Amino acid sequence: MDKMPKWADIVLIPLISLFLAAFFSALVILAIGESPIEALKLMIDGALMRSSGWGYTLYYATNFLFTGLAVSVAFHARLFNIGGEGQAMIGGLGVALVCLYVPWPHWSLAILGASVGAACFGALWALIPAYLQAKRGSHIVITTIMFNFIAAALLNYVLVELLRPVGAMDPASAKFAAATHLPSFQDMFSTAETPMFRGAPANVTFFLALAACVFVWVLIWRTRLGYEIRAFGQSETGAKYAGISPVKITVVAMLISGGLAGMMSVNTTMGETERLILNSTEGAGFIGIAVALMGRNHPFGVFLAAILFGFLYQGGAELALWTSIPRELIVVIQALVILFTGALDNMVREPVEKIFIAMRRRNT
Amino acid sequence: MDFLTLLQVLDTSVRLATPLLLACLAGLYSERSGVVDIGLEGKMLAAAFFSAAAAYYSGNAWVGMLAGIGASVALATVHGLASITFRGNQLISGVAINFLAAGMTVLVAQSWFKQGGRTPSLTGSARFGPIELPFAIGPSDAEAAGRPLSRMIAEAGPLQQFYSELISGHSILVYLALLTVPLTWWLLFRTRFGLRLRAVGENPAAVDTAGVSVVWLRYSAVLICGVLCGIAGAYLSTALQAGFVKDMTAGRGFIALAALIFAKWRPVYALWSCLLFGLFQALELRPDIITNLTGFEVQIQLLGALPYILTVVILAGFIGKAIPPKASAEPYIKER
Amino acid sequence: MTAPAIELKGISKAFGPVQANKDISISVQPGTIHGIIGENGAGKSTLMSILYGFYKADAGEIFIKGEKTLIPDSQAAIKAGIGMVFQHFKLVENFTVLENIILGAEDGAMLSTSLGKARKELKHLAEEYGLNIDPDAVIENLSVGHQQRVEILKALYRKAEILILDEPTGVLTPAEADQLFRILDRLREEGKTIVLITHKLREIMDTTDTVSVMRRGEMTATVKTADTSPEELAELMVGRKVLLRVDKVAATPKETVLDIKGLRVIDEKGVERVKGIDLHVRAGEILGIAGVAGNGQSELLEVLGGFAHGTGVIEVNGAEIPLTGHGADGQARRAAGISHVPEDRQREGLIMEYSAWENTVFGYHRDPAIQNGILMDNAGIQAEAQEKMDRFDVRPPNPKLAAKNFSGGNQQKIVLAREIERNPDLLLIGQPTRGVDIGAIEFIHEQIVKLRDQGKAILLVSVELEEIMSLSDRVAVMFDGHIMGERDPAQTNERELGLLMAGITDTSAVADSGDGASEEALNDG
Repeated sequence: MDKMPKWADIVLIPLISLFLAAFFSALVILAIGESPIEALKLMIDGALMRSSGWGYTLYYATNFLFTGLAVSVAFHARLFNIGGEGQAMIGGLGVALVCLYVPWPHWSLAILGASVGAACFGALWALIPAYLQAKRGSHIVITTIMFNFIAAALLNYVLVELLRPVGAMDPASAKFAAATHLPSFQDMFSTAETPMFRGAPANVTFFLALAACVFVWVLIWRTRLGYEIRAFGQSETGAKYAGISPVKITVVAMLISGGLAGMMSVNTTMGETERLILNSTEGAGFIGIAVALMGRNHPFGVFLAAILFGFLYQGGAELALWTSIPRELIVVIQALVILFTGALDNMVREPVEKIFIAMRRRNT
Repeated sequence: MDFLTLLQVLDTSVRLATPLLLACLAGLYSERSGVVDIGLEGKMLAAAFFSAAAAYYSGNAWVGMLAGIGASVALATVHGLASITFRGNQLISGVAINFLAAGMTVLVAQSWFKQGGRTPSLTGSARFGPIELPFAIGPSDAEAAGRPLSRMIAEAGPLQQFYSELISGHSILVYLALLTVPLTWWLLFRTRFGLRLRAVGENPAAVDTAGVSVVWLRYSAVLICGVLCGIAGAYLSTALQAGFVKDMTAGRGFIALAALIFAKWRPVYALWSCLLFGLFQALELRPDIITNLTGFEVQIQLLGALPYILTVVILAGFIGKAIPPKASAEPYIKER
Repeated sequence: MTAPAIELKGISKAFGPVQANKDISISVQPGTIHGIIGENGAGKSTLMSILYGFYKADAGEIFIKGEKTLIPDSQAAIKAGIGMVFQHFKLVENFTVLENIILGAEDGAMLSTSLGKARKELKHLAEEYGLNIDPDAVIENLSVGHQQRVEILKALYRKAEILILDEPTGVLTPAEADQLFRILDRLREEGKTIVLITHKLREIMDTTDTVSVMRRGEMTATVKTADTSPEELAELMVGRKVLLRVDKVAATPKETVLDIKGLRVIDEKGVERVKGIDLHVRAGEILGIAGVAGNGQSELLEVLGGFAHGTGVIEVNGAEIPLTGHGADGQARRAAGISHVPEDRQREGLIMEYSAWENTVFGYHRDPAIQNGILMDNAGIQAEAQEKMDRFDVRPPNPKLAAKNFSGGNQQKIVLAREIERNPDLLLIGQPTRGVDIGAIEFIHEQIVKLRDQGKAILLVSVELEEIMSLSDRVAVMFDGHIMGERDPAQTNERELGLLMAGITDTSAVADSGDGASEEALNDG
């Protein structure tokens, strides 16, 4: 029998981990001489109580949805893709090229083109580590870390030497054409009398991210490929017996993962800055790890976790604005979430399992 | 390129290689014991901050270093808990530690110093100053002669140039780092501890059935790793630079990891690979030299990526095979 | 009378609901070879792991040389003079022999003194016990037999007076096994006490002075080897003789389904595992492959199942199937009408985390019949899984339960249901009843015979000779990658097959010359 009921595994354990992370975050806030309660109030106020706050929260959540899904797809094949950051960066390059060099008549076509560009570039950036893992046994964690740095160097080079408009000083591409402008939530939901999401960067890409959630859910739990990815992730020997090629699954899972990570750039590069800048990813690729771990690699869980992190990100920005707590608080919270839901999972799990076993024994 | 310029570049290489070397050796202990550590970066960063902060308050670089080591060891203990005691995923733990350090350092720096996540500049004994070796031409000679140091060195013979420019004038931590290499080699290959450490990274069951505690061995390796990362961080903020700035490790922990793979987990190779990667970083600062040397302009951005590209090539097995310790990243679970 | 070298009193140990050891008491006299025999899972290894400090007993006491001793860890066991040679060696593969020997038993903090002393000591031990080995050889370059020798030396270097060997011959060639037993004899002469754990009757009869029999966690008897017979021991081992005979009519084989010519298999380490074999299986018959584990049977199945590569010619229904490259995978094999119940259901045949219904299509998940457009027809698969589980009496009959939550027998039924119901032309089946309870064994055997009677070709691999004898219509014996011979199970006996399994082909000569000769022949093998 399972040591504990399924609901405990997918709801209780993440909640306890989250509570622990929150508890330690509160301690950190206390230690730097601020009040955790006040901080939380400010965060909720800034991120959730106004539509513009939601506009930021959902904008960040969009990024984390893509990167969180990217990490989860790879996790299902028992591959740890730390390269989401680099894949997103290169995905941004894809977006930029598509937006700069194709004369799009309308944003609806442009977003499709940009998505394809982003996904292809992101996937390409995941392909080499995937191939090296599958064929030559090079550890994918190390190679994807290295590829993050290589991506940053490459992007720097491309922006400074190739895409920077003549005479411009900052390492960034030219502005994209106006036709590629994506409707923001403000454009979509405001009426003449009630402006909504004023100034917030959330845009139509959010719905693309929701579609990606559905896509991943269908892929993982409803298709043959998903069946094979999960089987390979659970047991490589089993996969071989069933005629599932480890090389194929490793490469395909990483391509999908890289493609999803790359698509994050549609949101940042096309939806927000409307030109390619050096640091558009801002660590979202790494937050994907926390999001995937918290969401237990399920698209719905990833959705909830992405919203939570979107809230933290926006709330953190508010905190930085109104208090002396810097934005890096979010990085600490993110680290604690990864620590408790990922690395210290057994610390939380083992006592809970013991309690359930003891309860069962008492009942019988 | 003249001889003196070469010496200058090499001198910078040594300075820049030092934190890499310390972190690389730190990783070597941990990984040789079977605990993969991608949290070198975070431990170094935490140490850099706490060293600078403690050095600032105490005015003593050594006190700073102790604080840095303390911070780094604390994070190493977290990694030990996650990967040894609770048999968790070592890679995820490393990722968490990197973020924890990246966030905490800025948070605490802001709270203590209110200078946007940095410490005040360190001066005097709060920093590790250069050490003038005997018979070398150093700042004190220049002062005594009342002439610029650079001119005095330029006028000296090649051997004296070599000695004064490259060998002498580093902080004590540079020499300490270099000494750590033979020490590590000796410890690893000539002592009982080293034998057991190497064994536990290859086959923990062999160590366990031989009546030696796997947990204890791995914790000691992880803690040594913490100490060395602490020194590396202290060097960054109190020797190489005069204070802490946000994210000042700038990927050095990962370059050290790359150097470790490049060195195939061997201490002496680690020295060479760190010096090589240090040279890359030095050349990044002096692109003019490469341009003079090769006649065409080199993209410095791409030069910066060279250690990473080299590591991928090594990992792919195109230049010799890099085989990590067999029990790497695997928690030890007792079974018959 | 001297105190026993080891005395265990009332040892009990449970893992969850499984009682691995039940109130076990045993006394081992010094200077003897004491055998412990029992089937797989009888609790032998658990008992010895308790003695070596790996597990803590729930109850009971341990006396070493008459003194009550607590053994909380390996360190304590070593201190008490106990050495253990595990079934899977505990050696550091890239270390030298010498380094492995001193590991954990170094003299002082410096290696040079330890190594120097160990080198001398090793020379001494080699002379004393005939355990020659190059101290500077690296373990991974040594043969399995020599690696085992290092394990023995490790124990002796730690001044072990009691040596426990857990299934020591499982991985050895007969020649190596023979050498091992000579070493053990020598050790006994020098006054060491040896505990030999095995499930092989012959080893017990040939080498031990005393033998204890374990069955389902209990110690059923301890007898002097000279006073017992293999038949008696076998009965003690399995308890009341289980009737394994399967009710079946004579086979009516038809056309050849599987034809293997000159098959060779080289494993990942470059060792040739199958050395050119010819076999054929006809429709409506069961060909059983007997042999000691590790003689190439697994590799034969893997190549046929498409997850290892080989060379030679294999024809199924007259068409050649590829043995390497494209088309040499499990998917292609299934398409060619081959079903496969693999030897290791937990690592291969099932995804333990998958629910039962997901497992009922594992390997056949690409079948167009269970697709619904681009999606898998999960509802249909679940419904069908329920029917399959009912038909094969899988308990509990809940398709949504993860495979890991079923007992061994029920897991095997899920695999069997999946493979048999595909209506294959050829069924490969490896170790069909390993770790399966008695009730399920009978059911599984019936299913296999039923499939044969439907005119299917069946290739059965099992290390259980009795299973081979009762199920097969023809028996081929594999030894060291070769087929040693083929027999009609009605015309042969376990003894003849056992000799073939040991690599002795000239069975008629041995059979004629009586017991003594056969033992000699075995030792020469």
